[in-house]
Amino acid sequence: MTRALALHLGVLRAALRRMFASKLGGLLNILVIGIALSLPAGMYALLQNAQGLVAQLSGTPQISLFLATDAQADDIDALRKQLAAHPAVHGAEFVARERALEQLKQSTGLADVIVGLEKNPLPDAFVVSPKQGNAQALDILRGELAQLPGVELAQLDSAWAYKLEALLEFGHLAVLILAVLLSLALVAVTFNTIRLQILTQRDEIEVSRLIGATDGFIRRPFLYFGAMQGLLGGIMAWAIVTASLLLLNRPLGELSQLYASQFVLHPLSFGDSLSLLLFSLYLGWLGAWLSVARHLSQIEPR
Amino acid sequence: MISFTQVHKRYPGGYEALKGISFDIAEGEMVFLTGHSGAGKSTLLKLIAAIERPNSGSVLVNSQNVGALSGGALPYLRRNLGIIFQDHKLLFDRSVFDNVLLPLQICGFDHRESGKRVRAALDKVGLLKREKTNPIALSGGERQRLCIARAIVNRPAILLADEPTGNLDAAYAQEIMAIFKSFHQVGVTLLISTHDVSVLQDSGVRRLTLKEGVLQ
Repeated sequence: MTRALALHLGVLRAALRRMFASKLGGLLNILVIGIALSLPAGMYALLQNAQGLVAQLSGTPQISLFLATDAQADDIDALRKQLAAHPAVHGAEFVARERALEQLKQSTGLADVIVGLEKNPLPDAFVVSPKQGNAQALDILRGELAQLPGVELAQLDSAWAYKLEALLEFGHLAVLILAVLLSLALVAVTFNTIRLQILTQRDEIEVSRLIGATDGFIRRPFLYFGAMQGLLGGIMAWAIVTASLLLLNRPLGELSQLYASQFVLHPLSFGDSLSLLLFSLYLGWLGAWLSVARHLSQIEPR
Repeated sequence: MISFTQVHKRYPGGYEALKGISFDIAEGEMVFLTGHSGAGKSTLLKLIAAIERPNSGSVLVNSQNVGALSGGALPYLRRNLGIIFQDHKLLFDRSVFDNVLLPLQICGFDHRESGKRVRAALDKVGLLKREKTNPIALSGGERQRLCIARAIVNRPAILLADEPTGNLDAAYAQEIMAIFKSFHQVGVTLLISTHDVSVLQDSGVRRLTLKEGVLQ
């Protein structure tokens, strides 16, 4: 067992040595693979971030009920009772117009403007949390609540979030198509690299066959080479994506501050990173395997 | 050890290299295969190593029918043979040592054990001091000896040599014949092809003579 392991490690070492023997060529290949993979991986990372943002904003869908600015305490009480009795309503929080103004002052930096106002322009409001979260039920509930006496406007807070989510779905599909295409490119690059290697090592392959090498023995270094090249390309892609996200975070931080929110791009998660590396390793191996299967049989000793 | 029965070999294009060859070589025997170039000597050796397959008749090596071996079994047949190629087939991208190491790597030998074996084989052919040299820097005679070292490092029971003294002057040729005789003394079965009859005059060894694909 340890002997078999030592043999495999030996082949792996030889494959790595071969890769770094042609420094520039090997590096260029890894760079090409890295860039090709970084495109879908980077887009995926951006989408994941956007999705996180959407989930954060629309996590608990709410319906805001705005009352008329001249609503009296009696009206508010009556509405509160009606909401509590409504079967589809989970809870309702009353936001007094004074409190709403205070929040606006604190969270947006518009304090100067607000101080300058003659009177509070905001109405009283109820923030209603519904029992059911799906889009259709929410829409029906919103219609019902709009009909209640004293309600001026009923607004579904997360409507835009649902639209964005649909857009992200579309983005995911685009990433998938891109990933498939560029994976094919990676397989093709490896295929060609291995083909050239087989050609330059024709003599060694022929002699090895003549002195009793099995096909497995001849194939192994090429497969290891392909897998290693894929893995290093994957690491390169990961580095490109991570560095780009970090680089984008700075201007993005300034931008999001203008909108009074704090939004940072998160790098690829551990699971996603691992998937990226394993996938690129597998693709490299696959390209090498296809190439070896196609070209080794053409070298027969004479 | 090696047994040919009514072996025919025709190459694509119709050239008939061997026409109904039959002979037996016993274990531990040393046999010379002579004849002019083009008489079929190389073809005969290639049939033993299954580099070529016979069109009819049977080639037995170690009572295995070599002509009918599957591709998967071929490597294991060849590991029992030491082959000295007419064109040497040395690898110039590695040292003398690594050339001899290759058969042991193929068989999956332990690293330390194979180092000892390689040095023993190089010592046997007198190339121990040149283990780090690239074979491109070796003379014709030295390359031939390197080829022998690679063929015997695996300690095969059968040694096949195709024109091992081909381009060498008489002194070198005698040297190489002496190496072969020492293998014979330790029980290796040898089949050596040569067109150069002068190197065998003194020896009382058995000769197979091929002429236009027929044994004389």
